[in-house]
Amino acid sequence: MSALRLGTVLATGVLVGCVIYWGWPAKPARAASLKPDGERHAAPDFALKDADGKTVRLSDYKGKVVLLDFWATYCGPCKIEIPWFMDFERKHKDQGFSVLGVSMDDDGWDAVKPFVNDVGINYRIMVGNDSTADMFGGIEALPTTFLIDRDGKIAAVHVGLTSKSDFENAIEQLLQTPAHSAGGAGRVSLPAELVGAR
Amino acid sequence: MKRGVSAEAKIAVSVQPGFHVNSNTPSDAYLIPLKLTWVPDGALEPGAVVFPKPQMEKYEFSDKPLSVFTGDFELTAKFKVPASASQGPGIMLGKLRYQACNNNSCFPPKTVEVRLSYQVQ
Repeated sequence: MSALRLGTVLATGVLVGCVIYWGWPAKPARAASLKPDGERHAAPDFALKDADGKTVRLSDYKGKVVLLDFWATYCGPCKIEIPWFMDFERKHKDQGFSVLGVSMDDDGWDAVKPFVNDVGINYRIMVGNDSTADMFGGIEALPTTFLIDRDGKIAAVHVGLTSKSDFENAIEQLLQTPAHSAGGAGRVSLPAELVGAR
Repeated sequence: MKRGVSAEAKIAVSVQPGFHVNSNTPSDAYLIPLKLTWVPDGALEPGAVVFPKPQMEKYEFSDKPLSVFTGDFELTAKFKVPASASQGPGIMLGKLRYQACNNNSCFPPKTVEVRLSYQVQ
């Protein structure tokens, strides 16, 4: 686009207009449904700091059902879901369930800590970054919520605002499923003498 | 444009249907406002940016209406051409930062470059 010269009769003039066009293709929120066992892949293991500066690793939660929520303080749909997740944490924490929240706020703890305190979030919150998002295949939209089974595998992914009942049903289903013994947290190692090893 | 005068640039913006961006005066402190800033180039002195009147829209995920822009709108960027400005062509670089959502998701804030070509006479 070429520049326009201003006429001398004008006290003000229009320079040049440029069109800025943006947007993302609209993606419908996915309905909640659990992937069959054989289609689940291991969730990437991350190491992020929580609000107390302690390192949180997803692998620390093997054997538990985990709801992993990518969110941000500027995200309205995320803020609808957070109270639900607080309810789930309260209701199911003694059944081997945990909610983990990863904030994608560019301003980091400066934005996140006041919000967490205002709302009284009762689960662990970490601040993520592009690397964290890349580990999970790129997080394009917020909220993006993963349901991870007791074996550390991704059982469901929800992109966008999803209904509370959909989450609840999926969580209850996952809680009813024990960890698999092969390579999972359910494995029991017997002392050598009891299995006849020499 | 002549030295020693004021000038304006109209910047046309278009938001895809189904999406909205926060206005320059969002209704919540946590929301990221639409913001246009310029990199001074020594020729033009950036002045105020005039935004259109935002729309107040109610969305499913919000208790109260949000101050947003949707569809097509224009920003007006004001400049002053100092008397000491060098004659000839130039490009004013700007950054437009925005944060968009649709009805059920929000997207990270983005910054796009704005390039304004001008000629000082």
